[in-house]
Amino acid sequence: MRARVFVTLKPGVLDPQGRAIASALVHDGFAEVRSARVGKLIEVELDERDAGRARQRLTEMCEKLLANTVIERYDIELG
Amino acid sequence: MRFGIVVFPGSNCDHDVYHAVKHVLGQEARFVWHKSTDLDGSEVVILPGGFSYGDYLRTGALARHSPVMQEVVAFAKRGGPVLGICNGFQILLEAGLLPGAMLRNRGLRFVCEEVELKADGRATRFTSKLSPGDRFRLPIAHAEGNYTADGATLDRLEGEGRVVLRYCDVAGRVTDEANPNGSARGIAGIANEQGNVVGMMPHPERACEPILGNDAGRRIFESVLG
Repeated sequence: MRARVFVTLKPGVLDPQGRAIASALVHDGFAEVRSARVGKLIEVELDERDAGRARQRLTEMCEKLLANTVIERYDIELG
Repeated sequence: MRFGIVVFPGSNCDHDVYHAVKHVLGQEARFVWHKSTDLDGSEVVILPGGFSYGDYLRTGALARHSPVMQEVVAFAKRGGPVLGICNGFQILLEAGLLPGAMLRNRGLRFVCEEVELKADGRATRFTSKLSPGDRFRLPIAHAEGNYTADGATLDRLEGEGRVVLRYCDVAGRVTDEANPNGSARGIAGIANEQGNVVGMMPHPERACEPILGNDAGRRIFESVLG
């Protein structure tokens, strides 16, 4: 099974990269840009067919390593 | 005293620490490889600066899973003195030995300069030779030194005197202009509750001899000698 794990900064945590990107976009003529946030996408391949178990294991992976839950949140997408 | 300097793949301040401890302070120093499962009789453990595991994923995130870290955590829990410098501080945060996390510097740039610092908080194993309000300069060199934690954690750190170093101006004021990376409340270094684990972004090992133009860092290492 394939999974996509999105790790992003929690709302309210300052994202200097996102801020710089938003400001560059506005300067490039995309005046409608209000903000941008930068995160990570981690693609994981698992030897697991059961979606429930895969999600549970991926959650453990996020808690243990993939995300730092002091500042980051994660979303898991299966398949 | 026997110092163990943990070497991760990508550590690059390990030899500077070794030099400061062994040749400047005349103590016993040895390197401890990150795959080691014992600390080789170390009485003090230093996690040096650098780019462990190339800063992959997050600074310090992968180093924290190195075999030696289990021993470092157990050593810290037994009250053993542990100092994390720069990347070492980031590893201590990831390992949960100190609270909070590091964000990218506010200015997005790698900042490499000597900065003004002020000692604060209560005495710890690595700051007992400093008094609150003492001012000195030390070099910093990092891209992720923007310390953050939730408000309650920051209040608690301050309330318990666990903020041991702050960025300040030449008058000792903790101002936004004097803050090189955006760190919450100007925090440059913190300690755990027991005061045996300290993390700091500045590099004391790079400022231990007059020939280098600055020996303010000596007091950090001298503190642990008692």
